Amino acid sequence: MATTTAAPGAPTSKIGQAALEVDDRLIVAGPLRRTLNKVFPDHWSFLLGEIALYSFVILLLSGTYLTFFYDATMQEVVYEGTYAPLRGVEMSAAYESTLGLSFDVRGGLLIRQIHHWAALLFVASIVIHLLRIFFTGAFRRPRETNWLIGVVLLVLALLMGVTGYSLPDDLLSGTGLRIISAIILSLPVIGTWAHWAVFNGDYVGTEIIGRFYIVHVLILPAIILALIAAHLLILVKQKHTQFPGAGRTEHNVVGNRLFPGFAVKATALLFIVFGLCAALGGLVQINPIWLWGPYNPAQVSAGSQPDWYIGFLDGSTRLFPAWDINLPGDYTIPALFWPTVVGAGLMFTVLALYPMIERKLTGDTAAHHLLQRPRDVPVRTSVGAMALTFYVILWISGGNDLIADKFDISLNAMTWFGRIGCLVLPPFAYWMTYRLCIGLQRHDREVLEHGIETGVIRRLPSGEFIEVHQPLGPVDEHGHGQLAYGGASVPKKMNQVGGARRAIKGFFKPVEEPAEVQRQAELEARGLESEQSDRQSITSGRPSEGGRPSEGGRPQAPRD
Amino acid sequence: MSTTDKHPGSNGSDVAGPTHGGPDDEYTPAQLAAMDRTQLDRLGARYDGVEILHVEPGPVPGSALEKQATRQVTMWFALGAVFAVAFLVVYAGSGWFLPDWEWEVGADSWSALFTPLLGLAMGLSLLCIGIGLVQYVKKLLPHETAVQDKHDGSHFDRVTTGASLMSGLDKSGLPRRKLLLGTLGVMGAAFGAMLIAPLGGLIKNPNTGNPLGTTSWAEGVRLLRDDGTPIRPGDQQPGSLETVFPAVEGGNRQADAATMLIRLRPEQQLSDEPREGQADFSYGDYVAYSKICTHAGCPVSLYEQETGRILCPCHQSQFLVTEGAKPVFGPATRALPQLPITVDDEGYFVARSDYIEAVGPTYWNRERI
Repeated sequence: MATTTAAPGAPTSKIGQAALEVDDRLIVAGPLRRTLNKVFPDHWSFLLGEIALYSFVILLLSGTYLTFFYDATMQEVVYEGTYAPLRGVEMSAAYESTLGLSFDVRGGLLIRQIHHWAALLFVASIVIHLLRIFFTGAFRRPRETNWLIGVVLLVLALLMGVTGYSLPDDLLSGTGLRIISAIILSLPVIGTWAHWAVFNGDYVGTEIIGRFYIVHVLILPAIILALIAAHLLILVKQKHTQFPGAGRTEHNVVGNRLFPGFAVKATALLFIVFGLCAALGGLVQINPIWLWGPYNPAQVSAGSQPDWYIGFLDGSTRLFPAWDINLPGDYTIPALFWPTVVGAGLMFTVLALYPMIERKLTGDTAAHHLLQRPRDVPVRTSVGAMALTFYVILWISGGNDLIADKFDISLNAMTWFGRIGCLVLPPFAYWMTYRLCIGLQRHDREVLEHGIETGVIRRLPSGEFIEVHQPLGPVDEHGHGQLAYGGASVPKKMNQVGGARRAIKGFFKPVEEPAEVQRQAELEARGLESEQSDRQSITSGRPSEGGRPSEGGRPQAPRD
Repeated sequence: MSTTDKHPGSNGSDVAGPTHGGPDDEYTPAQLAAMDRTQLDRLGARYDGVEILHVEPGPVPGSALEKQATRQVTMWFALGAVFAVAFLVVYAGSGWFLPDWEWEVGADSWSALFTPLLGLAMGLSLLCIGIGLVQYVKKLLPHETAVQDKHDGSHFDRVTTGASLMSGLDKSGLPRRKLLLGTLGVMGAAFGAMLIAPLGGLIKNPNTGNPLGTTSWAEGVRLLRDDGTPIRPGDQQPGSLETVFPAVEGGNRQADAATMLIRLRPEQQLSDEPREGQADFSYGDYVAYSKICTHAGCPVSLYEQETGRILCPCHQSQFLVTEGAKPVFGPATRALPQLPITVDDEGYFVARSDYIEAVGPTYWNRERI
């Protein structure tokens, strides 16, 4: 570049000058460079939270569209729309407008179904993300705050779901609303007062849809947005956790810089999540409210099921025994209060406080940025498996009538299975998970000590047959490995340590010269040896291990 | 830098302070101009605590591998565009050069395909773009492994920030001015209470009258079907169930009035054991029970006439019709309330009074009203 007039380093291109204008005013070059340079660890499980974020974006977009057509009033109207089977039927304006946006708005049904699918995906990805955080110990100091925010977000997501699917005011959601009403009534002391405050009187009244609507489209989304912002800011501030591995320590993050690699991948994920929701929204019918009909307190359809994330509460309500508590003075605590308010309250409280509980019990107050493999923390993993088993049994019991029907089992037997199962199976799950963890731990040590089973059988001069093992590192005079377990995954197959050559690329015909690939592999291997000696300086004595086979060390000559 | 200041009051004594941000003192513009982009990129990264450990370059420009990868990525993006256009064609073309999209009963033609086609086109378009981006990263971008340092909090920051905060508090003198501090506390509490007080508008007294304990049923109110027709004792087969509503304005839409009129079979009538004091609530072989479940308020709808059980589909509580609809399984604790019935002068079923207890789910002071 021949710059004659400008000072050295002054931009000569149009875009460079424009950038300079911006930075003169906002002074963003420094922060922007720091953002672009931010390193993100590369592991699939770190994308789960992103899926939740993207489903929320889809929910905001599709939900805003739906508000253009939805009418949140319970005024009775007579349907005169396109859907012939319901013409002339009396229904609420809410139900009528939902039918309208499904049948009379071009593409409205697609957006409504995208919204519903994205809602299911939103809660599902939050739950899976939470499990990842739990089982890898990512909630430990200093990330307790973000764990708490996450649990609150989960609860808010459930409330979003409940308020959202009540809005169409169809027969199914009306049944759900009736149960919500009964749950509020069941609160000791304040039950009737709370019900009168929420419903503006006796069930069902004329206010509740309008109130749920404003909660669903304004109050909850605003809180969720604020909490997501806090969640992400804290995440950026604290930087990511990472799994132990080559060069990874408590004081660094190894991975890709935000720009361009990570940013493109994240955008790709947004498109894929959106694409899945759109395909589901178009191809897989969900909540066909026109089949349920308008709400009528005297009607119900058999096999009424809430959306999947409320299933566990439905299950706990079905399983809980008929135990009203009669207090002196003719006061009653209804049986319904325990499995719904107390049950769910306890579950979420314990979940929210788990980091504090674990810190208290283990006495581990140190800051942790390296994740744990679930097998290395058998007690936590088993507690998680126990809780999950309990949850799944409640969840299955939420659909026990359908299971009883489809598999021709007695409904009462299903209920008793759930009642006994939710007490007996979790401890069993604890025990089994614990044994599994210990078994996996032992196998890791076994491979570190004796090497990978190669499947090569050799006959010794004495006539004995032995299997050749591939050591993972230097060995002592007995052939035992010297590597200590460092919390990273241990390769267990020869291909993971470069036992197989890389495949030649090309689907129909090779697009690479096989000889060239071979030459590169040798070069790379030689380069790796020198690189590995550099890298020792930044490892914490952990075994060199990585996602890519080429980084895991080459096989050595087998030893007997 | 290259700007010209024409402000009349400027006199040159107003000079800029040191720039905050990068170490401009260590790197002169000339030094930076001598570096190429890669070097500058790495320099900035190092300044941000990021070290590029390893770069696996992308495919060699012009190689067969690169050409193939470029072709693939291009194909995905092109497909994304094609499906987006397909969406537009289906969306805008329906009812124009394509058949109408509006749904008709029994139509299994274009209108039934409209939404699936829209979803398919939109989904495939977005998926293709997403896959194209992933392929771009995987096949065309260099793979970089970088490491960034994590910093703990600085002691200096903590001490100085703490001092700034505490000196502010000292200057305010609040710890010494006890009366002021106390008043501030009272003021805060009162202010907060004032802010949330308007929520009091939500509160209504549930105990005026007895809304939870009463329904529209009363002496002489006829039992009507959903379509508004009255019922005579001969209308129902033994073993059958009919949902009935009070003959009042909007009675069939009321949340707590729905009632099941059940005609017992002869052998059921023989074994019928009504609840204490409610033996005369039935009329011949007819009994009437509230349809609102005493557990969570769902309409109990599934009547199995062989066993005389009524099942609530929400939580599977089961009530035995021949024993005063007492709960025999599931989470419900109370029997379904029974409506006392008789027939009027014209031979139609009427209620003898309202339910003698509250219908629907249990609540705190139910037994007291």
